Amino acid sequence: MHIPDGFLDLKTAMVSGALAAAGLGIAIRKVRSQVPVRRVPLIGLAGAFIFAAQMLNFPVAGGTSGHLIGAVLATVLLGPSAAVLILSSVLILQCFMFADGGVTALGANLFNMALVAPVVGYGIYRAVSGLVGNSLRGRLCGIAFAAWCSTVAASIACAGQLALSGTVQWRVAFPAMANVHMLIGIGEALITTLVVAALARLRPELLDERQQSDRQPRYRELAAYGLLISIGLAVFIVPFASAWPDGLERVAAVLGFEHKALVTPLGLSALPDYAVPGLKSAMLSTVIAGCAGTLAAFVLAYLLARFLTPAEAGKRIARAREFRP
Amino acid sequence: MNRQLLSPYQHRSSLIHRLHPVWKCAGALIIIFIIVLGSRFAWAAYAGIGGGLVIIALLSRIPPRYLLKRILCLEPFVLGIAGLSLLQADGLHLFLSMLVKSTLCLFSMVLLAGSTPFSDLLAVLRRLRVPALLVTTLALTYRYLFLLLEETARMKRARQSRTFTSRRGQAWRSPATVIALLFIRTSERAERVYNAMAARGWRT
Repeated sequence: MHIPDGFLDLKTAMVSGALAAAGLGIAIRKVRSQVPVRRVPLIGLAGAFIFAAQMLNFPVAGGTSGHLIGAVLATVLLGPSAAVLILSSVLILQCFMFADGGVTALGANLFNMALVAPVVGYGIYRAVSGLVGNSLRGRLCGIAFAAWCSTVAASIACAGQLALSGTVQWRVAFPAMANVHMLIGIGEALITTLVVAALARLRPELLDERQQSDRQPRYRELAAYGLLISIGLAVFIVPFASAWPDGLERVAAVLGFEHKALVTPLGLSALPDYAVPGLKSAMLSTVIAGCAGTLAAFVLAYLLARFLTPAEAGKRIARAREFRP
Repeated sequence: MNRQLLSPYQHRSSLIHRLHPVWKCAGALIIIFIIVLGSRFAWAAYAGIGGGLVIIALLSRIPPRYLLKRILCLEPFVLGIAGLSLLQADGLHLFLSMLVKSTLCLFSMVLLAGSTPFSDLLAVLRRLRVPALLVTTLALTYRYLFLLLEETARMKRARQSRTFTSRRGQAWRSPATVIALLFIRTSERAERVYNAMAARGWRT
């Protein structure tokens, strides 16, 4: 998902760069106020850890292999702001030292992978583990689902940036990126969950300690990131979701300024109007397919969490006693 | 993989290496911005920039084979995204132009990274008043990256030498356990690193 140089135009690069810089600024400020000095080296070393973990290959069918991205892993282990900082430093390092991801696209890459991915992941992880129950099983379920969602969300943001730059049309970029990353997301969810399950088995206090200092929900922090992400959403995605402005068009018709062309703030006249026949149903089917895919991912996440946390030993013994004549 | 990541030619002393890192960074950024902002089909200009970069590469005396390898190793990512444009009408022109542009940008970044030690880049960042916490994080990440890569490889080797069967479930579980162990070791090491840093008078 690293966008190289030459694929983004100036306005996209600048908007995403500004959003990424703002996000990184918030993260630095929050880490400075929340994280004790004792743990600052851990944040630096965690960057190296995520980088090293990304190098480890997992066999996928047919001789290909995938690897971890690590946004949700970093968030779960160290909290959202630290994760934003860690992933940013990994991406900056990859850009400047290993030429992986472009310099002009650095802002966009930071926005997608170091802001959208961990923050969306954290929100979903918190929501789901609250919903399923704050047991290990609930948390693993939340982690699996969050890892999948964060991968897909980052890829959709990436597709929006490519489309806004005029390099790849939305109609091509969105399905290609989303479909591929819905598959990659499964792998990401599996790895992340397996790693956290292994940590819970090997060194549960590492997870518990975080959980305690992490207990108070971070509404203001999340609200600040959420604002940045929704600005990104409005700029990168909304101009292309041509089915959504339906309501807007109706309002325009009612108010009587329909004849004025709908011009988005960035000078992109509302995208292909000529493609409207068939598009509506296509959009609808996309939405339905997306919902079905998300639901399936959630069910899979729950099953994975169930598989990884078998009924507790105590319960099993109690059940065994019941069955004894 | 580690070999490819290490940049063994950063510490030579050619004309390019001796240039002040600020000038090198500024130069690379200017070249990249010109390429990115330039018109899509200015082939002659791209040929000129390419020629200039080749001259810089020769001046830097980094083996061309190494540079070529680094570029080829990153080319799949470029092809992956550029390939998407082939799916739309009149995609071929767009595809070629993006391929050339990205490759030129990659070339200049590989040259910059190949001729500048990371600590010099960090000094530039520090001079630009980038927040100290970010610079510290970057420095620690780079400092411990190779160490942790080495450690991962060691753990993997140890695991492989003890596990004789390769069942399907195990293929995913064991790398996941390696990552989990790596995090445990990382957090323990961070504790020791902090103690050592604090003993030497470090403050954020």
